[in-house]
Amino acid sequence: MLRVENLTVRFPTRFGDTTAIENINLQVQAGEIHGLVGESGAGKSTVGAAVIGLLQTPGYIADGKIMLGDTDLRALDVNQAHALRGKRISMIFQDPQTSLNPLMTVEDQLIETILAHEDITAEEARVRAIHLLEEIGIKNAAERVKSWPHQFSGGMRQRVVIALALCTNPELIIADEPTTALDVAVQSQVLELIRSLADKRKIGFILITHDIGVIAQIADCVTVMRKGRVVEFGETPQVLGRPKNAYTRALMDAVPPMDHKIDRFRVPMEKEAEAKGAATGDLAEQWLLEEKTLPEGKNKEFSIGLSISELDVRFAGTRKSIWRKPDDFIALDKVSFNVKPGSIMGLVGESGSGKSTVAKTITGLISPNGGTMKLGDELLPGGRARSRKHPSRRLIQMVFQDPYSSLNSRHKIGSILMEPLWFYGLEKDPVKRQELVASMLALVGMAPDAINKYPHQFSGGQRQRIAVARALLARPRFLICDEPTSALDVSIQAEILNLLKDLQSKFGLTILFISHNLSVVRQMANEMVVLRNGVIEEAGKTEDLFESPQAEYTKKLLSLTPVMPKEWGFNPARF
Amino acid sequence: MFYFISKRLIQSVFVMLAVAFLAFSLFRFVGDPITQMTGVETSIADQERLREELGLNDPFISQFGRFTADMLQGGFGFSYRTRQPVADMITSRIPATLELGIVALLISLVIGIPAGVYTALRPRGVITQTILMTTLIGISIPTFVIGIMLIFLFGVQLGWLPTFGRGETVNIGFWESSLFSIDGWRALILPAITLGVYQLTLTMRLVRAQMMDVMRTDYIRFATARGVPMKQLYFRHALANTMVPVITIIGLQFGGVIAFSIVTESVFQWPGMGLLFLESIRFVDIPVMGVYLVVIAFFFVVVNLLVDLLYVAIDPRLRV
Amino acid sequence: MKEFIKRSEGLWLFTRSPAVMVAAVIAMMIFIGAAFAPWIASVNPYDLSSFSLMDGLLPPVWQEGGISQFMLGTDDQGRDMISSILYGARLSLLIGLSAMVIATVLGVGLGLAAGFYGGRFDAIVMRIADVQLALPAILTALLIDGIARGILPPEVQQDLRVVVLTLAIALSLWVNFARTARASTFVEMNKEYVQAAIIMGQRPIRIMFIHILPNILGPLLVIMTVDLASAILLEATLSFLGIGLAADSPSLGTLIRIGMQFMLSGEWWILWIPTLFLVALVVSINTLGDFMRDVFNPGLR
Repeated sequence: MLRVENLTVRFPTRFGDTTAIENINLQVQAGEIHGLVGESGAGKSTVGAAVIGLLQTPGYIADGKIMLGDTDLRALDVNQAHALRGKRISMIFQDPQTSLNPLMTVEDQLIETILAHEDITAEEARVRAIHLLEEIGIKNAAERVKSWPHQFSGGMRQRVVIALALCTNPELIIADEPTTALDVAVQSQVLELIRSLADKRKIGFILITHDIGVIAQIADCVTVMRKGRVVEFGETPQVLGRPKNAYTRALMDAVPPMDHKIDRFRVPMEKEAEAKGAATGDLAEQWLLEEKTLPEGKNKEFSIGLSISELDVRFAGTRKSIWRKPDDFIALDKVSFNVKPGSIMGLVGESGSGKSTVAKTITGLISPNGGTMKLGDELLPGGRARSRKHPSRRLIQMVFQDPYSSLNSRHKIGSILMEPLWFYGLEKDPVKRQELVASMLALVGMAPDAINKYPHQFSGGQRQRIAVARALLARPRFLICDEPTSALDVSIQAEILNLLKDLQSKFGLTILFISHNLSVVRQMANEMVVLRNGVIEEAGKTEDLFESPQAEYTKKLLSLTPVMPKEWGFNPARF
Repeated sequence: MFYFISKRLIQSVFVMLAVAFLAFSLFRFVGDPITQMTGVETSIADQERLREELGLNDPFISQFGRFTADMLQGGFGFSYRTRQPVADMITSRIPATLELGIVALLISLVIGIPAGVYTALRPRGVITQTILMTTLIGISIPTFVIGIMLIFLFGVQLGWLPTFGRGETVNIGFWESSLFSIDGWRALILPAITLGVYQLTLTMRLVRAQMMDVMRTDYIRFATARGVPMKQLYFRHALANTMVPVITIIGLQFGGVIAFSIVTESVFQWPGMGLLFLESIRFVDIPVMGVYLVVIAFFFVVVNLLVDLLYVAIDPRLRV
Repeated sequence: MKEFIKRSEGLWLFTRSPAVMVAAVIAMMIFIGAAFAPWIASVNPYDLSSFSLMDGLLPPVWQEGGISQFMLGTDDQGRDMISSILYGARLSLLIGLSAMVIATVLGVGLGLAAGFYGGRFDAIVMRIADVQLALPAILTALLIDGIARGILPPEVQQDLRVVVLTLAIALSLWVNFARTARASTFVEMNKEYVQAAIIMGQRPIRIMFIHILPNILGPLLVIMTVDLASAILLEATLSFLGIGLAADSPSLGTLIRIGMQFMLSGEWWILWIPTLFLVALVVSINTLGDFMRDVFNPGLR
């Protein structure tokens, strides 16, 4: 039905034209879900935009053919192309929060779209809109249709978005990361809906995603892209299970499996990075281990645990009246857990479960309303009660989620990394600081010349390595990693997870590892806690929890997370 | 929604109180009110008695309380310069300034919004570049220079329009209006354009910037991907969302219009509040200055409350 | 050279926009001319002995009766127009720049602190800003000027004119900076590098000025430019209204006010040349401000 041949898209820049995608070939049949997978910068969204004719200016199609049925999409003039959008091709965007016009009711937006393409009365369009919403799984549709977008929850809103894309019976729908902004439970419902629409209505889908699990769950065939080119194409079980291309295989190696634990990820790039660093990482390693040999008293610091009991955190809710105080929003409700010295504790939960609040409370950004925290044997004062010079400020360090915002973009890497050294008074001599920072960069797998560069000169993965180096330069004993890899591509994620594992075992660090991604936690943590709406649902040894979950919620989470069926047979870690 | 409005109401009352406080401090501390009210021949003892009578020896707070209470009842005191009640002086001047300001604002909206929309939708066209260049010059020419240029061109060189005063006015109750006679309109045109040009450029640039922001949002891209007709896309989707921030800022600008009318009134000898204020500054006529402040702030606050209501009408997210 | 320019987006765009280059050249020339006015100008307009009534009301050199000694003609006192304008621009720029700097320091300081501390401090600063907004710039400036007239003894009033005017303008412009700095600080506060600094236990002053400030400089630079233009306009307007500077130390606005008397009498240059000069200066500065806004906010291109 859709045939894309030798598609090339270029973007003019001040350095001349850059090629975003080159020689892309793609076919989608009616009723088929065609997965388009690749890491960031692969050009997968550009393919979708080019097909629907909405390339970001000043991008242009330099070459190639796009045929929808017998229509040559490139031959259409502006008006014809616009009339075809919605009528024959439609699109679903990533974030349901922003893809609906906030000032129009759902009804108005649906009717407007239907009337734009069909010659029927507004009343007929309204009836059709209500039927459609019912079909898509919105209860009480005749009433809900009159609501504004902000009155729907995230998952419901994505359903409305799908209804809008569907209301004119298009042949092809391009879904650009349709479930990335959603939680697992909602994601699985939306994916099911897409699958059933393809089956029942024979709509062709191009499903653009970075998530191999999503592809595994619903795509019929897959095109793997890298740096603007197609590297592999085929039926989903074949491509994911028995990849032919080296890149696809590396990609599959990097995907953390959900059903078993592997020691390390196989990452081809890593060898180089290590070779580069091997010569000079020793100094930093020595320095980090030094403490162990320090005389009496200091020794017990080597591995340190953290225990939290009955932690309560409440936030002031949004005020609705001038007379009444707003109800508190309960972020954490009597949360207790214990991180053993030298172990990795996983903290899992969906968005809004309060897992980041735990991190912020431990680091003192938030004052708890009740409960106690202990670092080793010492009581850890919360929030404002913790003085600026409190020893825990050095002992506890944090690795953040977003490597693009966790490094100050106006400071050089050298000054970012030297800050903990002088700030905590760990190294007085500026020359030694310099040497130590260079060596630490090597230890985390970066070239030491990074010192004189700015953060924007590095990729996300490299920045995350720098962030890890910064944390280590405080000579911490307890590391909090708050979603350290969720902003990164899978292959980069694998590198960073390996790095964290290595450092943890080398230096006996205790780590609190926070993630929404179950399979990542399985690879990293010895023990884990499942958090939901500020309450602990289940806690225990990671392996036990995955093998025989007790709580209903844990079971549901495990069953809904999309994974690759075992029988496809790809076994990532063959050590 | 009730909370939103009541919060704004409280903020407005606060602003009014703060401005009243400013006016009171002016009255009380800039120069001695007694020496201003009495002549050189009044004896010290008489001055002291007057001071006591007027309550100027009372605690500061109770003086301020009385001042505010008086203001609420329309008691604005007497001008140092003319010895007339300030209330009469100001109210007789309000119509002239309001008519000038509103006509100027209308000019700026009627031309500024369409121009802003056009330049946002065709960012690279020749017409857009020309308009942008013109508005850049527009915000760079001081209002008084625009006034002088208009007077020179239409008043002096061509002799088409009057260059000062309000022309023929009609009294409707206390309201002295120049909107009901051709002569009045002829007198109004040049000052209104002078005052409107700067606001027009601001409005246009604001609408353009907001519209361009909105055009990049996901919901506009999604609407485009569904093939919603361009006309509806631009006006029903984009413009409506553009207006939400724009009306807020236009509300804020209204204060600017009234304030800048000081300059326009001075250039065209337009008998409004601004001219009165300028005179009162020259003669350090503190009561008039203070009341002018309060009146301006009051207009500002009222307009912004209306804007908030409009805001609620446009944006369903506020109608909880 | 070309490669060097390509690497910086700002420089690259600059070399591709002729209007911006022209504006930069004009602004530079006026700044230099104003800064070195005492060395460039042929007469000192403040020094009565350096010019003579005999040369009064000479037209510019290209008009009949003009002489080459006074390229742009003279005013009724016989002052060389070029010299008057250079000295006038010097005063206008001095007041404009100082007012802008004071407003920046005050506004950015308050805005940063309000954004950083939030809560009650923020509420207080914002309420003050509300009040300030209800009284637009020109009104605030006029008011402060009026207060100064009432408070200061008459004998020092003339000496302090420039100071009062500068302060009046500065106090009417700080709100822009405070609001922008506050809004940008709020955005930065949610970024993880700031949280990292807070967790470390760094001092608030260091976090605000070493970490946050460099990251919000972009929008502030734009406002500094635009507000420099506003400050110059405001000074000109106040002087035009006769509230600003007196005729013996003329700024550009005062020159225009004096020129008004000659609007109808044929000596057009006394009015229109300073006006043209003022407009050229402000247009150039605003063009540069617009350009910077485009560089920092690519969506508006």
